[in-house]
Amino acid sequence: MRPHFLRDLLLTVAVLAAIPLLISNSYIFDVVIRIGLAAVAVIGLNILMGLAGQISIGHAAFVAGAAYTSAILTSVYHWPTIAAIPVSVAAMTVLALLLAAPMLRLNGHALTIATLGLGLIVQIVLVNEVAWTGGPDGLATAPLTIGSLAINTDMRWYAVVATVLLIAMTLSRNLDRSAAGRALRTVRDSEIAAAAAGIDTYWLKVRAFVVAAAFAGIAGALSGHYTGFITPDMTSFLKNVELATMVVVGGRGSTLGAVLGAVLLTALPELLGGYADYEMIAFGLILMMTMIFLPNGIVPSIATKLQALKYTRGSDAKANAARNPQFDEAVRWTEGGQ
Amino acid sequence: MSTFLQYLFSGLTVGSIYALSGLGFTIVYNARGVVNFAQGDFLMLGGMVTATLVPLGWPLPAAISVAILITVVCAALLQRFAIAPAGKADPVSLIIITIGASIFIQGIAQNVMGRNQHIVPSFSGDTPVHFLGASLLPQSLWAMGGAAALVAGITWFFRGSLVGKGMQAMAINADAARLMGIKTGSMLLLAFCLSGFIGAVAGVLAAPITTTVYDIGLSLGLKGFVGATLGGLGNGFGAVVGGLLLGIMEAMIAGYVSPAYKDAVPFVLIIVIMLVMPQGLFGSRLKDRV
Repeated sequence: MRPHFLRDLLLTVAVLAAIPLLISNSYIFDVVIRIGLAAVAVIGLNILMGLAGQISIGHAAFVAGAAYTSAILTSVYHWPTIAAIPVSVAAMTVLALLLAAPMLRLNGHALTIATLGLGLIVQIVLVNEVAWTGGPDGLATAPLTIGSLAINTDMRWYAVVATVLLIAMTLSRNLDRSAAGRALRTVRDSEIAAAAAGIDTYWLKVRAFVVAAAFAGIAGALSGHYTGFITPDMTSFLKNVELATMVVVGGRGSTLGAVLGAVLLTALPELLGGYADYEMIAFGLILMMTMIFLPNGIVPSIATKLQALKYTRGSDAKANAARNPQFDEAVRWTEGGQ
Repeated sequence: MSTFLQYLFSGLTVGSIYALSGLGFTIVYNARGVVNFAQGDFLMLGGMVTATLVPLGWPLPAAISVAILITVVCAALLQRFAIAPAGKADPVSLIIITIGASIFIQGIAQNVMGRNQHIVPSFSGDTPVHFLGASLLPQSLWAMGGAAALVAGITWFFRGSLVGKGMQAMAINADAARLMGIKTGSMLLLAFCLSGFIGAVAGVLAAPITTTVYDIGLSLGLKGFVGATLGGLGNGFGAVVGGLLLGIMEAMIAGYVSPAYKDAVPFVLIIVIMLVMPQGLFGSRLKDRV
């Protein structure tokens, strides 16, 4: 595992370093930075949805929560942004822990409904507490500065986001390959079996929920300072479903899938261009079609295909796979952590 | 006293809508074991289509009929083209599919009928009826009466008709029902149509009171589900009682505490219910099966 880990890390660094060399236009830069920020939140949500198998359509609440907390700390209390961001992320982590303790007693659809409620309620709070949040009109945010260095160019923002993304990806892959990662997968596949194997399933799910909220918080606080303006729309139903869609389309349980999901679904509205009204229709269709035709998501499906090619030689490989349905199962077993 | 009665009436009015919303959830949940996140959007369609047709000069009854028909077709399409092709997918995948369906329906509604609030005229005027010092709008009577009639009709369907009994048999054990010659595929389709029908009627009854907008299905659906959970998920009678109770609680909180935060009631409630009595008021105790 170790050599793979180092190889993946170096590869990721190389790709992230190469991207700005290919971009000359500030519009594309903007899209890439927003993809990076979304990817951080999606990587976190993937730990809850992909690894632990608990569906949340409420984690955009933590994205918005951190963005607002950081914005209020900087503009009302004149904190430096570099101090406000970690504090707002910590605030979201504590909030998530307090919420997760009762919420993770729920399972399946009841949990999903509760997370839907969470997203809606945070939106209601943001709309109603006008004195703090500016209400439906939103709030202007301070620009990010690190020490005396103002993060005010595309390149500097890219560097910040790429660094955070690299850390997020590394942490997520690390978790995936650790004992905790395997325990989470066991909870996903069968909670009863996991409990029988001595795993404290409730506490493990709470931790996954909190970690996902922390990642969402980092993404949210940074996005707030990046866009310069935030509205309660950050935790609308559409935004919440968008996050979940990114996890599902890329592939539940795969870090690379989470990033790919963020790339595809952040780029999609840009490609739709003037047809932004069709965003909801497109997201809904993509979500349904993925679940029907590619239930494992893009990255795991491709990985399975590649493994199948690797483990079979000669022309009878395909016939072999077709004859023996257990073959697919075996491939899935050998897949391990991608 | 009259203030309390006023809140109680408004609670029973919205509670009737939540009861119908919860009943729709229950029928699909029993038939397919899936919580249909698009259930609330059936309510939205009922209200929105009516609200779109009436200003075009359609008479109210015709507009309502078409709205109900469109919603039922929508529900049938959902089962036929999104739920059925997923085959034996796990509940998590089915939940995600219905979330996709929900946002898809909202997207279509937003594009075809606009993003604005829509108004449906009250069925029989806006002159309030006075009762023990509280005033009651005729539309509230329509909502309560309509819900009562629909619940009675559904009860007869499941208890008295052969098709309804077949559907119940399928809910109890789909394999055994199939062996007895019940066409489970058609039954599933019928269950979705029925939930669409109930949803559309509830949406039409609610629209003159709440006004309607493309994403109103979210909160109506959420509350219907919480009501059904309160009553015991899977129990139709429980869904109705739970919906009414939720409506009353919400009206009391809005009246005596804070109207802005009444929408927080169901969220807090669902967590409390699941912690204190996961089987709800009338549900049977469920055990996870390995």
